[in-house]
Amino acid sequence: MSTTSTTPTLATAPDTARLRTLLRRPAARKVLALAVAGLVLAPFAHAAWGSGGWPHALSVSLDEPLRSAGDWIVDNRDSHWLFLYFFGHISNVIIGAVHLVYVVLLALGWAGVTAGAALVAWRAAGVRAAVTAVASFAVCGLLDMWVPTMRTLALMAVAVAASVLVGALLGLAAGLSDRTFRVLRPVLDTMQALPAFAYLLPVVLVFGIGVAPAVLATVVYAAPPMARLTALGLRSTDPGVMEAVESLGATGWQRLVTARLPMARKQLLLGLNQTIMMALSMAVIASVIGADGLGDRVYQALSTVDVGAALAAGIPIVLLAIVLDRTTSGGSDGTPVRRGHPAVGWALAAITAAGFLLTRSHDWPRGWTVAVTEPVNRAKDWMVDHLYSGIPGIGGTADWAAHYTGWVLDPLRDGLQALPWWGAVLLVAALAWAIGTWRTTLTAVLSLSAIGVLGRWGSAMDTLSQVIAAVAVTLVIGFAVAVAVARSRRTERLLRPVLDVFQTMPQFVYLIPVVALFGVGRAPAAAAAVVYALPAVIRIAGEGLRQADPRAMESSTSMGATGRQQLLQVQFPLARNELLLAVNQAVVLVLSVVIIGALVGGGGLGYEVVFGLARGDLATGLVAGASIACLGLMLDRVTQPTKGARDAR
Amino acid sequence: MRGKWIAGAVALGSLGAFALTGCGAADMTKQGSPYANAAGTKSVTLSVQSWVGARANTAVAQYLLEHELGYRVDTVQVDEVPAWDALSQGRVDAIMEDWGHPEQEKRYVSDKKTVADAGDLGVTGHIGWWVPKYFADAHPDVTDWRNLNKYAAQLKTPESRGKGQLLDGSPSYVTHDKALVNNLKLDYQVVFAGSEAAQITQIKQFAKDRKPFLTYWYEPQWLFNEVPMVEVKLPPYSDACGTKGEAEPDSVDCAYPTSSLKKFLNADFARKGGDAARFLKNFRWTKRDQNEVAQLMAEDKLPADKAAAKWVKAHPDVWKKWL
Repeated sequence: MSTTSTTPTLATAPDTARLRTLLRRPAARKVLALAVAGLVLAPFAHAAWGSGGWPHALSVSLDEPLRSAGDWIVDNRDSHWLFLYFFGHISNVIIGAVHLVYVVLLALGWAGVTAGAALVAWRAAGVRAAVTAVASFAVCGLLDMWVPTMRTLALMAVAVAASVLVGALLGLAAGLSDRTFRVLRPVLDTMQALPAFAYLLPVVLVFGIGVAPAVLATVVYAAPPMARLTALGLRSTDPGVMEAVESLGATGWQRLVTARLPMARKQLLLGLNQTIMMALSMAVIASVIGADGLGDRVYQALSTVDVGAALAAGIPIVLLAIVLDRTTSGGSDGTPVRRGHPAVGWALAAITAAGFLLTRSHDWPRGWTVAVTEPVNRAKDWMVDHLYSGIPGIGGTADWAAHYTGWVLDPLRDGLQALPWWGAVLLVAALAWAIGTWRTTLTAVLSLSAIGVLGRWGSAMDTLSQVIAAVAVTLVIGFAVAVAVARSRRTERLLRPVLDVFQTMPQFVYLIPVVALFGVGRAPAAAAAVVYALPAVIRIAGEGLRQADPRAMESSTSMGATGRQQLLQVQFPLARNELLLAVNQAVVLVLSVVIIGALVGGGGLGYEVVFGLARGDLATGLVAGASIACLGLMLDRVTQPTKGARDAR
Repeated sequence: MRGKWIAGAVALGSLGAFALTGCGAADMTKQGSPYANAAGTKSVTLSVQSWVGARANTAVAQYLLEHELGYRVDTVQVDEVPAWDALSQGRVDAIMEDWGHPEQEKRYVSDKKTVADAGDLGVTGHIGWWVPKYFADAHPDVTDWRNLNKYAAQLKTPESRGKGQLLDGSPSYVTHDKALVNNLKLDYQVVFAGSEAAQITQIKQFAKDRKPFLTYWYEPQWLFNEVPMVEVKLPPYSDACGTKGEAEPDSVDCAYPTSSLKKFLNADFARKGGDAARFLKNFRWTKRDQNEVAQLMAEDKLPADKAAAKWVKAHPDVWKKWL
């Protein structure tokens, strides 16, 4: 990663003048201080606890207490008051609500749902969104995925409603009170940086496997953006307007409803959009804990490496993501919605009503399906035979995967696992302190230590090695494309819609094509992670590079700088903040996919979660989940630039 | 402070919950799937496991329930152990093939009575360690566990960290391999392929290159028709060893038992499930039947419903009795 750029003092520079200029930089001074502290403390740490992985003396095994807690919960789920009068009601309400929505969707029938979706899309985002909606729902039906799609929709509807409610309430509190905002904000920021898998185990512990825990996990995962953006929206209202409203004698409530909320409309819509997208992403992943629907079809197919079946269920997920994103982002960017002639709306309404009345068979008609599974599997088998290995000159995808695993991942993993634990702690502290504050440093160091204390050092290093390698690949490709985007408007125009689509897709679907290409193992997980993280990196870095001050660019050109010099010495330094943010995003996104990569043989911490779920060994899963959260926190803090970068998201 | 928020949200949520469901007790172990029995259909939810034999059972049961008895069948993928919990809670109605989970059986069948035994599947299952026939022919003494350490060097792979590789499939399957390797002092590393499909891919790859391998595997399995394998003899199974292993899973030092595979139903479903419950209780076929469907699915790549339809057409004498 960026080790070399942040530890320049470690290189022996004989030139003292150069050393002095270096020392004038605060980052260098901090790293030097840490290096000294490390030199002093490391021998003691070594003497006391040795220098291998995390020392046993400093770790606590939570397995036994967690296991007995799990057993107690299973034994008392049908008798203890806590479950009968509290969790039971929560679960009951969720199941009732999902059932209600599902029954309504089924009663509407395929024609009703399709036309209804088109109507909503048209009202919210215009004619093109409506056409997209119709086409997408038709494809879901054609692929024989109608019922799973409706199940996912029903679960989503309930989860989104709850997320928006919880998020808006939290956001309102944080938007109106400074203290709440200060407390809530780091929590929300952190929650957004954690991989989805970390949220699954606690709900399973209490509720078991099923739809209720799936909805709860989805709510916890999807509510933070709504809360964050509501708070930010309320806080960014124009003080002049507020003063004017106040002088009119409006009460607190009136001010909120008539001025602050309408002025925060853009952020609220953006929050809704992000919440919906995250809910979809999680609703699909939650199939691992029994969410059913489209995600379950993908999960079933992945566990038997049936690429055709996975694709048949993956396409509806992608289409659902596109429809939901188009529909809910319609009003938020400020451009007027193009609805065409009002007659379009009436026509849609009429079709909805007609569809509702006419379709006696509510399921998608049985004959109207296209079987894609077999042709896709045949194509995949052809690929296995012809592209996997032995292509003269370039090898094959399986060869690449083997090389990536053997030459990059294995040495990196072995290196990290052989690194003395105090060395890892110092390294993390140095990285975090060089670009952050003492607070981020402390959080990062504590998180890393927590992983050790929980006894997951080895698997965490395995996961970390996968993250580092995938982030490196992402950054090389991402920055290269970002440079091209920054240089040419045309490239940017061509890429933008592609990036838009890629950014809205749930993490889960990226696992499907990589299994087809690379088989099972750590390499496909890395490939999925790179593809998932690339759009955000390209977008952020591209914007940063483009915004580099044109005067600086011009003066550098007039000084005879070549394109390369200009890029390295002017554009990159000027865009430093955006590039750091891009690195941060890359790390967070890559981690989230590397973790779910466990479903395709990725290993590491994610695998322990899958293992814990599969064996009903919640203790293992919970501890691994907590370690994932710590790793996410650590990586986020290590790469978090000091100021204001997060608001650019 | 965060706690306060969570507490506030929880309080609010529970208030809403009470408002909606009334103030009585709400037993979450009696709450089924929200998708079951929607819009007037009779539906059955079957737990489906990832190995192909179990998918063959489920495929045929689903086909017959849908086409002969007019049910709507949902399949949900749940791993073996959580499936018991889901079964007891009524989130799935039936497990079609269980390889023996004494701890769960005691908890749910005898103690809580939320799960009902639905009889044998008719297939006997055996788990063990296997080596390919071509390897056993060349080195006949490899089929005794005492000689395994001699061959550890030949069975090394990049993933096995310098030891011999013992290939396992999905971590969710019944396995004591880690304990066995430890207790028998074998110089081997258990490597999980991650899924059965991945394990099959690897075995086929090995067989194609005529490379030696040692794998966790089980009977009945159609792969034996393609890659002939010979079982490695482990210390013989005894009831004493079995009981010890139940109490202390890390202490297992003998072979896997040969067990009769069983079906289990949710207790309420077994009582009130009508035709479907009766059908699932009667469902009983042989190793040959199961392998036939499994091979159609795994080798000929037929979708589950087509494979089931093919078998159903060919063997009415077997399934007519179940209805």
